Amino acid sequence: MGMTITEKILARKSAQAKVSPGDLVTVGVDTVVFVDTMFVPTRWRKINKLDHPERVVVVLDHRAPVPDRQGAATHQIARAFVEQFGIQRFHDIGYDQGISHQVVADNAYALPGSLLVCSDSHTGSAGVFNCLARGVGVPDVFYAATLGETWFIVGETIRYEMSGKLPRAVTMKDAFLQIAGQYGDHTNTNVEYGGSALAHLSISARKTLTTMSTELSADFAIFDPDEIMCEWIRARRKDEFECFYPDTDAVYKAVRQVDLGALQPLVAFPDSVVENSQPVAAAAGTRIDQAFVGSCANGTLEDLALAAEVVRGRRVDKKVRFIVTPASQAVYRAASEAGIITTLANAGAVVTNATCGACGGTHMGVLGVNETCITSSTRNFKGRMGETSARIFMGSPATVAASAIRGVITDPREFLQ
Amino acid sequence: MNLKFEARVWKFPDNINTDLIIPSGSIYLSAAEQAKLAFKANRPGWVDEMRPGDIIIAGKNFGMGSSRPASRSLKMLGVACVIAESINGLFFRNCINYAFPAMECPGVMALFTEGEIARVNFHDGTINNVTRGQPLRAKILPTKLLDLLQAGGIYPLLEQKGIIEPQI
Ligand code: SF4
Repeated sequence: MGMTITEKILARKSAQAKVSPGDLVTVGVDTVVFVDTMFVPTRWRKINKLDHPERVVVVLDHRAPVPDRQGAATHQIARAFVEQFGIQRFHDIGYDQGISHQVVADNAYALPGSLLVCSDSHTGSAGVFNCLARGVGVPDVFYAATLGETWFIVGETIRYEMSGKLPRAVTMKDAFLQIAGQYGDHTNTNVEYGGSALAHLSISARKTLTTMSTELSADFAIFDPDEIMCEWIRARRKDEFECFYPDTDAVYKAVRQVDLGALQPLVAFPDSVVENSQPVAAAAGTRIDQAFVGSCANGTLEDLALAAEVVRGRRVDKKVRFIVTPASQAVYRAASEAGIITTLANAGAVVTNATCGACGGTHMGVLGVNETCITSSTRNFKGRMGETSARIFMGSPATVAASAIRGVITDPREFLQ
Repeated sequence: MNLKFEARVWKFPDNINTDLIIPSGSIYLSAAEQAKLAFKANRPGWVDEMRPGDIIIAGKNFGMGSSRPASRSLKMLGVACVIAESINGLFFRNCINYAFPAMECPGVMALFTEGEIARVNFHDGTINNVTRGQPLRAKILPTKLLDLLQAGGIYPLLEQKGIIEPQI
C-alpha cells in the first residue's frame, strides 16, 4: 500500500521505510521560523544553545513597526537573540520586513520535501512548495530549535482534486470558503491538493488555500509539485531539492473533486470560518464600517492588483475605512512599481506597510463596539479584530474591495465583468 | 502527575477557538491575567463560576485557531482536563507541552449533562458518568506523550538539560 505526500515526507524525515496513520513519529526539522510573538517577555526563555543557527529564520511581523512599549521590548529581545547566535536570515523592520509566511514564500525558505515549523498557526502556508510545514506551539519551537527534532502523530489524508478554471471575480479564497462550508473541519487530518487546475493557478493563488487550511484544523496541507512551483523556487534559491508525489496506490480517507469553474463569490458569516459560508447575495446590502485586504492569506501582489482593479477610477464609500496591508515589503515595492498603490490610494484606500495589522486585532484597524467589517484575512472569530460585539464577514479581496466602494457587502461581479 | 480525575463537568459546544480562550490584544498580560479572560466573549462570568479541579467536556474541533498558549490558561484556572469529541492538532500539542491533560473521546458530549460528575482515567482511557453510571472509552495517548505530560511538559525538560533558562 502506498503513501500520501505527507506520509512519504514524514517517513523520510523519521528515517523509516513507511509510516501509517496513527503512528507517532520523531522527525528531523530543517527550518525553524521564530516570529515576534515568540519574544514577548512573558513567554520568552533565554536559549543557551541552538542546534543549527543556520536553520533558523527570525521575522518581526505581528505588530511591526511596534505600536507600543511592550512591543518595543519584544522586538529588542528578538534582536538580542539574533545577535547572540549570528542569525543571518533576520527580517527586521525595513527592506526585508513582512508576514513570516509571505517572507518564506518571497525567499523560498521552504524547499520541497523539507520540514518547517513555526509558532504561528498559519505556517502550513508553505505547503504550497511541497514542503511539510506546520504551526506548532511556542514550547515546540524551543524544542525544535535546540534539539533539531519534533514529533507528530500521523493523520489520515484527504485529497482534493481540483479541475477547471476560476471564473472572473472568483478566487481561491472562494474555493476555500466552498470547502470549509461544505465539508467543515478536518481535525486530525492532512489535506493534499492537486489536479488539472494547477496549470492555471499561480503560487500566490495556491498559497491562499494552504494558508487557510489552518482554519480547517488540518494538520498538514500540501500541494503536488509542478513546474510553476519549481520555477518559483529556482528563481530565488540555488539549492538542489527533491519533489514528492503521492504514490499511485496511496490510501486516502477521502478523495474529493472541486470544479473551480463552477464556483461563485462566497462570504463566511461572522464568528466561524467553518460551516458558515454563503453566496455573497445572502449578505449583500449589509452596511460595513471597515474593509480589509491583507494578511498571510490575501496580501499578495495578485490580491492587491485585484482590489485595485475593482476600485480603479472609483471612490471608497465615505463611511468606510478601506485598509490595505501588503503581506511583505517586497509585495509593497512590486505593487508600488506597478502603480497599484497609487490606484488604491486614489480611490481612498489607506495602504499600510507590511505587517499582520488589522488581522490580529491589535493595531492599524482595530474594530470598535458593534462595528461591521468585511475582511479578506484569515479569521472572523468573535473579538478577533477588536471589540467582541464587532461582526466580521470574510470574503475574497475582490468582494472586500467591491464592498468598500458600495459601503455595503457587494458581489464583485458587479465590477468585474 | 496523577492522571485520574473525578469532578463536575462544564460543557462547551463544537468549534471553540483559541481567541475565545485568550482574546486578541491580551498578548502582553501575564499568564494569570490572561487566564481570567477565558471565554469572556462567549461565556462571560464562567471563570468565577468554575472551581479548580472541574472538567471541561467539549464538542468537535476544540481549540481551533491560533498557537497562543490557550491550554496554559485553562491549566492556570485549575481546570483538571479537557475531554472533547475531537481536538485541534496544534491546541493538542500545546496541551502536552504545557502539561495540561486533554483527550479525544467521540460520544462524550452525549454522555454528560452540564453539572454531572465525570471520572476520567488517562492511563486506561476510561470515562465514566458517575452521576448516571455510564462508561465510555477514549483514545489513549501514546506512551511518549503521556510521559511528557507527566514530566510537566517541555519546559522542565529543556531546563534540566540547561538548554533554556527558567522564566524571568
Ligand atoms: S496575518 Fe493574521 S493570520 Fe497571518 S500570521 Fe499575521 S496575525 Fe496570523
